[in-house]
Amino acid sequence: MAKLIELKHLKKYFPTSKGALHAVDDVTFDIEEGTTMGVVGESGCGKSTLGRTIIHLHESTDGQIFYRGKDITQVSKSEMSELRHKMQIIFQDPNSSLNPRMTVEDTIREPMKLSKRFSRAEIDDRVNELMHRVGIDRRMRQAYPHELDGGRRQRVGIARALAMDPEFIVCDEPVSALDVSIQAQILNLLQDLQRDHHLTYMFVTHDMSVVRHLSDNICVMYLGQVVEICEAKEIFRRPLHPYTQVLLSAIPSTDLNDQRERIITKGELSSPINPKPGCRFAARCAYACEKCMQPQQLAEVEPGHHVACCRIHELNQ
Amino acid sequence: MPELNVQAETQERDRHSHHHGHDHHEKAVKRSWKDSNFYGVMQRFAKNKVSVVGLIIIILLVLTAIFAEQIAPYNYRRIDPAHANQLPSAAHWFGTDAQGRDIFSRIVFGARYSLSIGVIASLVGTLLGILFGALAGFFGGWVETVILRICDIIQSIPNILLCICVSQVFGSGFFATAMALSVYSIPGTTRLLRATMMSVREQEFVEAAKAIDCSPMRIMFKHILPNCMAPLIVSFSMAIGMKIMSSAGLSFLGLGIQEPIPEWGAMISAGRRYLRVAPHLVIFPGLFVALVVLSFNLVGDGLRDALDPKLRK
Ligand SMILES: Nc1ncnc2c1ncn2[C@@H]1O[C@H](COP(=O)(O)OP(=O)(O)O)[C@@H](O)[C@H]1O
Ligand SMILES: [Mg+2]
Repeated sequence: MAKLIELKHLKKYFPTSKGALHAVDDVTFDIEEGTTMGVVGESGCGKSTLGRTIIHLHESTDGQIFYRGKDITQVSKSEMSELRHKMQIIFQDPNSSLNPRMTVEDTIREPMKLSKRFSRAEIDDRVNELMHRVGIDRRMRQAYPHELDGGRRQRVGIARALAMDPEFIVCDEPVSALDVSIQAQILNLLQDLQRDHHLTYMFVTHDMSVVRHLSDNICVMYLGQVVEICEAKEIFRRPLHPYTQVLLSAIPSTDLNDQRERIITKGELSSPINPKPGCRFAARCAYACEKCMQPQQLAEVEPGHHVACCRIHELNQ
Repeated sequence: MPELNVQAETQERDRHSHHHGHDHHEKAVKRSWKDSNFYGVMQRFAKNKVSVVGLIIIILLVLTAIFAEQIAPYNYRRIDPAHANQLPSAAHWFGTDAQGRDIFSRIVFGARYSLSIGVIASLVGTLLGILFGALAGFFGGWVETVILRICDIIQSIPNILLCICVSQVFGSGFFATAMALSVYSIPGTTRLLRATMMSVREQEFVEAAKAIDCSPMRIMFKHILPNCMAPLIVSFSMAIGMKIMSSAGLSFLGLGIQEPIPEWGAMISAGRRYLRVAPHLVIFPGLFVALVVLSFNLVGDGLRDALDPKLRK
């Protein structure tokens, strides 16, 4: 399968009064066409920033982004417009992701109107089609966001993202703000859409259980860096990085015989502003030692299974 | 299609109380008129009884201004030295002034001047504030810095002093006074809009607009500005009362609108010489100034709560 997105040493630093905030720090991975890359990590670790940097809502500080093999790190304005049609985003907060002063219909119509790719009649047809596709009743076309529940608002956001027939969608915690009962509906919708439109997803979440059934690959982030990346099945079967083990132990189990114990971390999240060179998880890691103060490299520990931990071999014997 | 998920709707509403939950979901969906928020705002405004009283007083005063000819029992300009400085009586409800003119009739006609100067000055100040605030917010950088520093300078001058200076430049006519009064509210509105824009800009729909390739202009006018209007409407309505008061102050100082125009401030100013012998010359127009200022403040308070519960102090 072809690689749709390739990231090479991608960095995004935010200037702050106390120094550079390393929101995304040297991230390298590929996303293959038609697959889902799950990005997990606790909040504040730079997942959203990574997604936004890939689709150029933020300018990258350093590194490269390739789209279908083409370097898109620096693009002209017209190339940008074209890219915007191919790469879209679905947001976390259904309360702020829709303009409160625009109707459902206007929100879905706007991207098509701006692109000038469709005639008026085509746009009208497509609005109907999209609303039907994401499961919003036609009667709601004149409704304003505050008249919809969270799930429906999220559906409108999905329809807006789909309007331009994108190939790649960043789903930035699309279900985190929703009730559990609605989460499943939205996740199913996203899966159906992926199948029908051959979409490629980067699915961002802080909740491992959400990406479990959805992702082909999973990448675990900690303070701007990737600590482990491999196939989804593999990471649940055999988490190698101590941080991944912590994350997985936090998922409530449905198996009554499950004897797993929740791993409690000590210490606090260190600051992403001018971080020290060593392993960023070391301060909270139960296995931290002298060596962990050195910079960590993401290494292929097993075929297709990359981990950034210098003690990985000692710990997983 | 699933029916409206009432339970989810309720939960959502409870969790995000600022998204004015609507009991009239079905009705609202079918409604054809444009601004759906308007109905909800009015409903919530109506719950605030004190503000409704303020609004009723304003409406009565506006009607008084419009139908002044029909309401006033006397010609407000008719001088009658034989009946000067009379106390209130059945013939002259509010008494007469030093020239024997009927004070009630003058107050009725004065509503025209006082209300329109308040509205015009407030409108001009708000519009200019929106212009500068939008410029600052749109361009940022040095444009923003320059605009904000100018605001600092204007705000460091006491309001009344500023009005005096500006009215020296423009003269003392009706519109000149309106301009002078509008100036001091420009910096406040500019800052208010800029601050509101900064918070609206944080919201995800602005990023969504960028992601669908909206131009910066369109993002500004279609997505950001329309969502900044609530605090501006509140400050506009509050400003009206303030302008009427300042206008009275200017007249009192002999700068703004002057005799024989029956603007309420001008009436107070003219009556102050007779304060000892005929206090009603000052008391009645003074009461009306206080009443109208209070009413606009009450309405402003009510609007603030109705437009956006988040803004509640
Ligand atoms: N526009 C911004 N300016 C400055 N700092 C930011 C900005 N956006 C995010 N950050 C910081 O970058 C870090 C990562 O944020 P984010 O990507 O939102 O994390 P996540 O999505 O994983 O919760 C956080 O420390 C956050 O404070
Ligand atoms: Mg996030």
